[in-house]
Amino acid sequence: MSKPTDLVQGTLDMLLLKILALQPLNGFSISQRLKQVSGDVLQVSDGSLYPALHKLEQEGWIKAEWKTTDNNRRAKFYALTRLGRRQLEREAENWNRLATAISHVVKLEET
Amino acid sequence: MRPANWIYTLPLRFRSLFQRRKLRKELDDELRYHIESKTEEYVATGMNPEEARYAARRAFGNPTVLKEETQDTWGWVRLEQILRDFRNGARSLWRTPRFAVAAILVMGLGIGATTALFAAVRSVLLEPLPFKDSDRLIRLYEQSADDKFSYNQNSGGVFAEWKKQSHGFSDLAIVSDGATYNLSAPGAQLPEKVSGAECSWNLFATLGIPPVVGRVFGEADDQPSAGGTAILSWGLWKRRFRGASSVINQIIYLDSKPYTVIGVMPQWFAYPGPSVHLWTAINHEESPQEMQAVDSHDFLAIGRLKPGASEEQATSELSLIIRRIHDQQPENPFISVAAQSRPLLDDIVGEVKTPLYVLLAATGCVFLIACLNVANLLVARGAARQKEIAVRTALGGSRWRLLCEHLTESFLLAAAGGAVGVIIAVSAIRWFVTMRPDMSRVDTIHLDGWVLGFAAGLVLLCAVFAGLTSAFSIKTGRILPALQEAFAFAQCGQVRVRLRKALLSLEVGVTVVLLITAALLLKSYSRLRAADLGCITRNVLTMHFSLPETKYNQASQRVNFYEELLTRTRSLPGVLGAGLVRAVPGEGYSGDSGFAIAEHPPVPVGEMQFAIERWADPGYFGALGIPFLRGETFAGIRTPAQGRQVIITEAFARKYFPDEDPLGKHLLTIGRQSFRVVGVVGNTRFHVAAHGEAWPMMYFPLYAPIYDGAVPNRVTLAVRSNGNVTSLALPIQKIVQQLDPELAVADILTMDQIISKTTLDARFEATLLLAFAVLSLVLAATGLFGVLSYLATQRTTELGVRIALGAQRSEVLRLMITDGLRPAAVGLILGLGVSVGAARVIRGLLYGAQPLDASVFVAASVLLMVVAAASCVMPALRASRIDPMQALRNE
Repeated sequence: MSKPTDLVQGTLDMLLLKILALQPLNGFSISQRLKQVSGDVLQVSDGSLYPALHKLEQEGWIKAEWKTTDNNRRAKFYALTRLGRRQLEREAENWNRLATAISHVVKLEET
Repeated sequence: MRPANWIYTLPLRFRSLFQRRKLRKELDDELRYHIESKTEEYVATGMNPEEARYAARRAFGNPTVLKEETQDTWGWVRLEQILRDFRNGARSLWRTPRFAVAAILVMGLGIGATTALFAAVRSVLLEPLPFKDSDRLIRLYEQSADDKFSYNQNSGGVFAEWKKQSHGFSDLAIVSDGATYNLSAPGAQLPEKVSGAECSWNLFATLGIPPVVGRVFGEADDQPSAGGTAILSWGLWKRRFRGASSVINQIIYLDSKPYTVIGVMPQWFAYPGPSVHLWTAINHEESPQEMQAVDSHDFLAIGRLKPGASEEQATSELSLIIRRIHDQQPENPFISVAAQSRPLLDDIVGEVKTPLYVLLAATGCVFLIACLNVANLLVARGAARQKEIAVRTALGGSRWRLLCEHLTESFLLAAAGGAVGVIIAVSAIRWFVTMRPDMSRVDTIHLDGWVLGFAAGLVLLCAVFAGLTSAFSIKTGRILPALQEAFAFAQCGQVRVRLRKALLSLEVGVTVVLLITAALLLKSYSRLRAADLGCITRNVLTMHFSLPETKYNQASQRVNFYEELLTRTRSLPGVLGAGLVRAVPGEGYSGDSGFAIAEHPPVPVGEMQFAIERWADPGYFGALGIPFLRGETFAGIRTPAQGRQVIITEAFARKYFPDEDPLGKHLLTIGRQSFRVVGVVGNTRFHVAAHGEAWPMMYFPLYAPIYDGAVPNRVTLAVRSNGNVTSLALPIQKIVQQLDPELAVADILTMDQIISKTTLDARFEATLLLAFAVLSLVLAATGLFGVLSYLATQRTTELGVRIALGAQRSEVLRLMITDGLRPAAVGLILGLGVSVGAARVIRGLLYGAQPLDASVFVAASVLLMVVAAASCVMPALRASRIDPMQALRNE
């Protein structure tokens, strides 16, 4: 699998869920939003979104629907489901716990 | 995943399973939309369209890989792979139809034969009897004092004591099979002979089977003083009474005596034998003396064990009872000393057990050979695809995937073979049932879930075996040599050839076992057919009848009938002789009597002296060409005083008059009457397959009223003619009709037919096994041919070099033939070893043939090696004719 380097798969899932929690988006817009919010920190090829999105859909966390875009073209829009929202909460909580723990460790004074 | 999620995503999963093509298109659209949007974005920043599209593609990544990864998330990946494998497998088999058809047929034969035999074994031997709690039903026997008959029939008197004194049974019933009745009605219907059984009133309750119409016997019906009652079989009811329920309480005539029909049994019910169509009450039929005799073993007894009682305990109690009876009359050697028992199922199917298991083993061998052959074919196929496989391995095809593909291919073959096999099994079962109506429970053979499951198991076994064998013959490690084709091909091939040779050795081994067992059975059968019955069997017609006792109650009536019948029959054109006898040779045992010799000192207490008993008219011996060794036939036998004459056989004379002239001596028998020996005749066999020496036999005059002042009423008429004897059947029947229109004759058979009937099982087993052996021989031969042809092609270059360097062509021929014969020889030795064991197993089925018959073993070995050599010759010849220039140019 061409996994995005330095990015744990679960983190990408969480980011996608979070982005979709704000509003339903199509794949292209998601990739733009991802770059926007993370700057150049996340080096992900555009295409690698799609396996992740389809996986989330199979899990039942997001659902997809074909809709017309602003410039009158048909695109597949993803939206968060009730299950997805619960999953996002769980993952965010996990992330916070992990981040706090790691930052504690990093801040330890060297003696 | 939690169930909630699972249910939630169910529609999607279904979609991803059933609408895969649509999903794929949607994914394409989705990705295209992304790339196009990105391109537009780049164009908007001022790039030219061409560049913008490349940049968008670059940013996107490899679309094919991404597409595959995305599709993998849809689930059902394994399924999709399997489907693809199936498609590929089917396609590649389709491309080689000859191979596919051959493999499927071979496998279908193996699976079909084995499945059919399994169905037979299961229905006949393994399934419980259709009686209530049939595992508690046991058949009881008496064990004779001299241990000669461990499983002897029962006497009425002993049974009565068992019933009175024993505690281990909730029910004990007694039956007399072999009863035949002349069934007639006062109306226009023709009389007919019907086989029946006399039984104690509780037989049906003991078996736990209620009638479908009417009632079964009550205790009151089972008395000498009761009115006659009869129960009909379903078949007889439907056929003769059109299945009308008004038959109940109707009067029918059995042997001219009136009987009231009281019930009809279920369609499947036939106890004690498949030919029984009528049941009567035993105490009504038999005399009280017979039912109280403790030394006359004419009946069979069955018991239902009480809950909690064990067969062993119950039987040992019966032994105690019988022992007491024996000890009260120690001078009577015909009273048994112990009881024996075995489950009723064993009693009913005991005789067919070994033959059925032997046939099942034989079909198992055929199945094994079919598997080996298909494995062999697949290995050969693998060889042809060596390069393709090497390329795929080099490109990263995993070993697991290749293995899967092999398994799918062999699974496809096996599944198709299984389908063919089930069809073959169905027709084989139908054929089996019509071929062997004599076999007990044969009508119960059917295909059910278990049998189909068994067939499926065989399919799986075959698929895995053939698939794995061929898969492991591929050395995925040796990619490079395989790719550098020409040189290394031979090397790679060596592994494969060794494997194929091992498979062939196995195949040959199994074939040898089949060949030898088949040959042994065949030899035994031919001995059976050639067995000398002791009389003329060509152009002899026989038929039975019994004169109704009430209508012919005077001895003179019976004698007049017999003499009139014989006179008229003998005057028919073409008749060379006619006679009446209790049973012709080959027709069966038919009973015996104990005797003493008046001129000899009494035999020691407890010792038995008995001989097979026959009654015959004076002309019988001449009619069947049974030679007189001494004395002559009966003469002047109309009064009991004159009629006390006996003719003994050679075996009788040798055993009981070893050093003296038997003529003029006297036998004390049949109620201790004194019979003068008037002649000694040649031995005859009562059954074709009666083992060992002929049994002593004695003939009494049919016309003499020696049986309690009566003349026997049951006889077989034997007629010999100079030509086609069957054409006499109708004229003779007409004579009988003229003499008595209500009399039915039955079992109109030529002697040859009697012999065929009694040797039917032996012929059946021998023929079937021979067919299996021939089939496997052909399969082994084709296998050998295939391997050697392959080997020859493989070694073309090498042989070409050898010839070019001066090797003699005869040398090459010898080399190739030895190469082919080696696996055959290994298999032969293997097979001979196993055959010794197999021959021991079938010893019981062999008549007059030794299990370790050297000639059979030698003949089978020679035949096998000749066939093997023949199938090697062609490829070897081709190899020896290689043109060295041509061969080297191939390089």
